[in-house]
Amino acid sequence: MVDQLPAHAEPGIGRWTPYRSVLAARIRAQRSYRASFAIDTVSAFVAGLVELAEVWVIFHNVQVLGGLDFRAVLLVFGLANIGFSTAEVMVGHVDTLPAVLRAGTLDIYYLRPQPLLAQVVTSDVQLRRLARVGVGVACAAIALSVNHIHWSQATVAMIVISLVFGTVIYSSLFVTAGGLQFFLISGSEATAAFVYGGSTASTQPAAVWPGPLKIIFGFLFPVTFCAYLPALVILDLPGPPMLPSWLAWFLPVAALWAAGAALATWRLGVRHYQGGGG
Amino acid sequence: MSMRGSAPIIEAEGLTRRFLVRRKGSVRRDTVTAVADMTFSVAAGESVGYIGANGAGKSTTIKMLIGILVPSSGSARTCGLDPLRRRKELARRVGVVFGQRSQLWWDLPVRESFAILGDVHRMPSAAAAARTDELAQQLDMTGYWDTPVRQLSLGQRMRAEIAAALLHSPELLILDEPTIGLDVLSKQRLREFLIAERAAKGTTLLLTTHDMGDIERLCNRVLVVDHGTLAYDGSLPGLAATVGAGRVLVIDLATPTPDLIGIPGVTHLGSEGGGLRQRLALAGDGDQPGAAPSIPVVLAAVSERAELRDLSIEEPDIEDVVRRIYTAAEG
Repeated sequence: MVDQLPAHAEPGIGRWTPYRSVLAARIRAQRSYRASFAIDTVSAFVAGLVELAEVWVIFHNVQVLGGLDFRAVLLVFGLANIGFSTAEVMVGHVDTLPAVLRAGTLDIYYLRPQPLLAQVVTSDVQLRRLARVGVGVACAAIALSVNHIHWSQATVAMIVISLVFGTVIYSSLFVTAGGLQFFLISGSEATAAFVYGGSTASTQPAAVWPGPLKIIFGFLFPVTFCAYLPALVILDLPGPPMLPSWLAWFLPVAALWAAGAALATWRLGVRHYQGGGG
Repeated sequence: MSMRGSAPIIEAEGLTRRFLVRRKGSVRRDTVTAVADMTFSVAAGESVGYIGANGAGKSTTIKMLIGILVPSSGSARTCGLDPLRRRKELARRVGVVFGQRSQLWWDLPVRESFAILGDVHRMPSAAAAARTDELAQQLDMTGYWDTPVRQLSLGQRMRAEIAAALLHSPELLILDEPTIGLDVLSKQRLREFLIAERAAKGTTLLLTTHDMGDIERLCNRVLVVDHGTLAYDGSLPGLAATVGAGRVLVIDLATPTPDLIGIPGVTHLGSEGGGLRQRLALAGDGDQPGAAPSIPVVLAAVSERAELRDLSIEEPDIEDVVRRIYTAAEG
């Protein structure tokens, strides 16, 4: 069978080379449209500030919401924004899949020797969204300095876990939405509501939610694990009923669940696209 | 025959694909059969034209051959592989151009798309550069090498697309409508390149087209698909013969002559100028084996009756041939 392999199928070329090459080209392309890049960056930054203002407006009227004051919510907001925006930078373009499907360009990915999802994820990178990561970092940094925190190794570990696995959960939301797009080709609004609704939910103190909402965002799409529960641990606060703060330490498990569900949804979606049932 | 020539490069066994189509304003869904029980195989090194009307099932067949669509029943093997289970391996051995879908990066210069595709196929950079140069020369792309893809003309883009599909030197090249919208000169160039490339590399070619010139110049075998079923599989002259479209002899005579009827194997089609120019249809081989008359015999019969001044031969119009196949299948 050796003679059946084309001469160029070199095992020596790194398996990451295809992805690196595409991403490097995307970054070059974004840099070459400087004005447009600058405008996009500023608007992403402003969008982040507007969301922060929404939170501030709420706390202009109430002192404490769901057991958290504004300083504490600022930490939730910061952690959530870092995770969500990082996910958006890396996989946010998956929500343009309906356009890709309508134009039939997904078929092009089938012609390349890499997994489809890996190709779609690495087909672009949204550098301008880094501006929002910046908003998140600033909020988190301020929150960490104005709150009274008993710093320990556990606190630092919680921050790291929150940022890493929170990003995994948000990325999973995007991929889940992408998988659903195969069924609802014109349904990008539905899935946008799902992704952005999920992200907004993650910036809120879950204590204010009624039970069903706690189940949905606490366990089904576990966005409360991204920022709210870690913030409770960092600030040394107890959680509301159904969501005790020690649950935060199970964030990696929640992330695993979210990622597994996302991959399964994507797989179902691709099967549906190919018409193999499912 | 090349060393790969032992096994067929494409094998379709009872290949069938049905789609569920939702009717407007109804929750009921209808089943539409796009490809029905199609069986054929293509040997390595062949050049096959795959023709049929819009919606006849050409693209659906191709998608099943490269693992984009799952067959409803039947099976396909391409390069000896199951296209669904071993898509990634297959992608290294097949090159495909979908006429309407670009595999290039629209906002990057042509050069960069080729560099990326070389990495996508994990080609060593020296090999990728050498192959890219070769294709750029042969397809005359050096003039727009640094132009962003979105600024290319249709003809330039199509050449770049075909070069991109050939970069990793696939065994099988599948072209879906490669000459659609191209001017005569661009078509001509593209065909010459494909002929040269096949002669040099022995690449198998499967081509869908509406342009019969593509088939005539590039293909030694024709598959005609009609309403999802294979209506014809054979040579192009054989296709013409099957539907009774033979060659037409146009003869100019020295003097007005009565209609030349009664010559064996020849049908008188019409006369102009009082019989100065007459059109005679030569029967195709398909009507009866051995029925096709040889042109010298026909000319001898004509010159017994009148003095010949000039003659020309019209090849059968393949558009017409295909139309006849469709109407025959419908009727």
